[in-house]
Amino acid sequence: MSLAEAAFIQAVDGVPLKIKLARAERKRKLKAVGLVLPLFLFVVITFLSPLLVMTLKSVENEETFGRLDRTREALASWSGQDLPDEAAFAALAADLKIAGEQRLAGEIAKRINYEFPGAQSKFKTITRKVAAMETGPYRETFLSTDAAWGNPKLWRVIQGASGKYTAYYWLSAVDLRQGASGIEQVPANQAVFLDVYGRTFWIAGLVTGLTLVLGFPVAYLLATQPASRANVLMIFVMLPFWTSLLVRTTAWFVLLRNEGPLNDLAQLLIGSRFDMIFTRFATILAMTHIQLPFTLLPIYSVMKTIPPSHVRAARSLGAGPFLAFWRVYFPQTVPGIAAGCLLTFILSLGYYITPALVGGPRDQMVSNYVSYYMNNIINFGQASALGATLLIITLVLYWAYNRLVGIDKMKLG
Amino acid sequence: MKSELLIKALVASAAAACVFGVHSAKAAEPLTIVSWGGAYSDSQRKAYYEPYMKQTGVKITEEEYDAELGKLKAMKEAGNVTWDVIDVDSAHALSGCDEGLFEKLDYSKIADTSKFLPGTALDCAVGTIAYSTIFAFNADVYKDNQPSVLEDLFDTKKYPGKRALLKKPFGNLEWALLADGVPAGDVYKLLATPEGVDRAFKKLDTIKSDIVWWEAGAQPPELLANGQVVMTSAFNGRIGNAIKEGKNFKIVWDRQEFDWDYWAIPADSKHVEGAYDFIKFASDPKNMSQQSKYIAYAPTRVEAIAMVDPKIAPTLPTYPENMKTAVTTDLQFWADNNEDLTKRFNAWLAQ
Repeated sequence: MSLAEAAFIQAVDGVPLKIKLARAERKRKLKAVGLVLPLFLFVVITFLSPLLVMTLKSVENEETFGRLDRTREALASWSGQDLPDEAAFAALAADLKIAGEQRLAGEIAKRINYEFPGAQSKFKTITRKVAAMETGPYRETFLSTDAAWGNPKLWRVIQGASGKYTAYYWLSAVDLRQGASGIEQVPANQAVFLDVYGRTFWIAGLVTGLTLVLGFPVAYLLATQPASRANVLMIFVMLPFWTSLLVRTTAWFVLLRNEGPLNDLAQLLIGSRFDMIFTRFATILAMTHIQLPFTLLPIYSVMKTIPPSHVRAARSLGAGPFLAFWRVYFPQTVPGIAAGCLLTFILSLGYYITPALVGGPRDQMVSNYVSYYMNNIINFGQASALGATLLIITLVLYWAYNRLVGIDKMKLG
Repeated sequence: MKSELLIKALVASAAAACVFGVHSAKAAEPLTIVSWGGAYSDSQRKAYYEPYMKQTGVKITEEEYDAELGKLKAMKEAGNVTWDVIDVDSAHALSGCDEGLFEKLDYSKIADTSKFLPGTALDCAVGTIAYSTIFAFNADVYKDNQPSVLEDLFDTKKYPGKRALLKKPFGNLEWALLADGVPAGDVYKLLATPEGVDRAFKKLDTIKSDIVWWEAGAQPPELLANGQVVMTSAFNGRIGNAIKEGKNFKIVWDRQEFDWDYWAIPADSKHVEGAYDFIKFASDPKNMSQQSKYIAYAPTRVEAIAMVDPKIAPTLPTYPENMKTAVTTDLQFWADNNEDLTKRFNAWLAQ
């Protein structure tokens, strides 16, 4: 019976069944929404909205927008190639005068300095100078204070920064910049970030591969042992899992350092020491150790659901042990492998403390740079653009993975 | 009527209690003081925090940082600044002031600016110590013919072994040029040109494979002590304390990079008056002269210098013998070029 037919049927109290059904349905839906709402709000408030606010910082000229309005107006008809006219200089002087009084000139100077290194001191000097000036001519004062004020590039940067939005941080996050004639690559000795992304994905991929190779046999062992023995073995997997990441990383630091126990042993056995700490090797080793349970557990829980009778059936039908494993058992573990590897890969992309503690300068990943721009340089825009770029690349990879493997095939147990 | 009166009385006494309560709380408002940790914070605790807490009853909470003023900016944007006093290096003392992260200081609440050494009474920060970046070596490794000049830090043939440097271009580029034979007066002129920067990196290239990088001030003495490196750049006081603890390290004062550290009050701090009171206490010459007992940094007030134990004086960066070839870092240069050169430095590290 379809809903259309139900419309003509009436319930005992005379209300059409269709409406009755819709009411019941609505109630059920409300209940479902009510149950999901707390988590949904929690995610929106604590996760999505900060993410959005931070991402906005990567496209906005927070430090300069609204503080260089006069200059922007005066530069509106400027060609961008030659020296701006007196009106533009006077407008900048007026903007800086006000900014100087409100203690905002430092922020403006810092923002311009991102794109025009050296501008900071020039802004500082000129802000002090124009504060004492009543009238012009400003152009001559600017030019006699510093020749850089005659550089159209500086004025292009000021013009760019006076608008509400900027592409600077995003371009910079992929080693590009706005040149005189369109977007260009930054000079090789300034190109850092593409290399860092490549490194981040390579390390995450390698760690994922290693945890799979190491974790798969252990998961198999755990899944096929009798429960009493498997439980004891499981403790060995879970104990490190329950230990804090920082503690485990520090433990690796102690183990791997030049005067550490591993090197003492090497000294005793073969008479020489190895450089292990502050290397890529140490980073991969520590990360693999930390990530191992994340790959292993989904595989294990999927393996637990595979009936042993499948392999027995394959064997009794004449398959050798390898063939039975490869053709019958292994394909059934793939959803677990997919889940475990994806989990480890995505977690590894965001590693920060482990490379910082046991890795060398060539092993620092994107997060280390985000932290650096956030904490030390106080350039929130750049930090945000770097983080957002990583997020986008990860989402693209996830999408590709979904197209190739299918996310519905993934199983956590 | 009676009950109304009773209520009124109750309300009045409650209000009085509130006022009194707030007032008495203010007298002993707790302070959160942020500094660099390790031996340096130890010295501040003994010289300032403990005596101050004893004298005033104010509870001081310590926090440790590595110049992460980003945290302060985030707190300020969120409208909840929990830091009250910060110990900042000179580069951040200037930039933090420009960016409005620090209060402009009212020196009438501390001491007259003329009482401080020239260059240490800034708009937003007041000097607390003079320190320097030196390099030190493990004297167990180099028993005879020990390193004595900056050039030795860059000479891996004469002095083989790993050396540790601060993982920043700041200070290292200057040393690279100085060790390459550039006279001290020309360093920044040269660094302002691309060729000069290339030259500095080229010099660093010669020892790159032997460098271990450190980030926090507490690391260099540890790296030296556990044999990770045989030489390291460091803040002189950290090495001084390790020597006091019996380590066989030696400091090379040649071309020491001389600098100041300051107290600053974060803008929007909730306990500005308390912060002033603490800074006044810590800037008192008698109290200031105490810190040198616990770490080999020199005071910034003229009267305090005279009060320092003469036995300690030769270990301080300000000792004339140590100051002979000292260089000072150009903060304006670094304000302009830090981000650019750091990018270049990071690209260089990754090569």
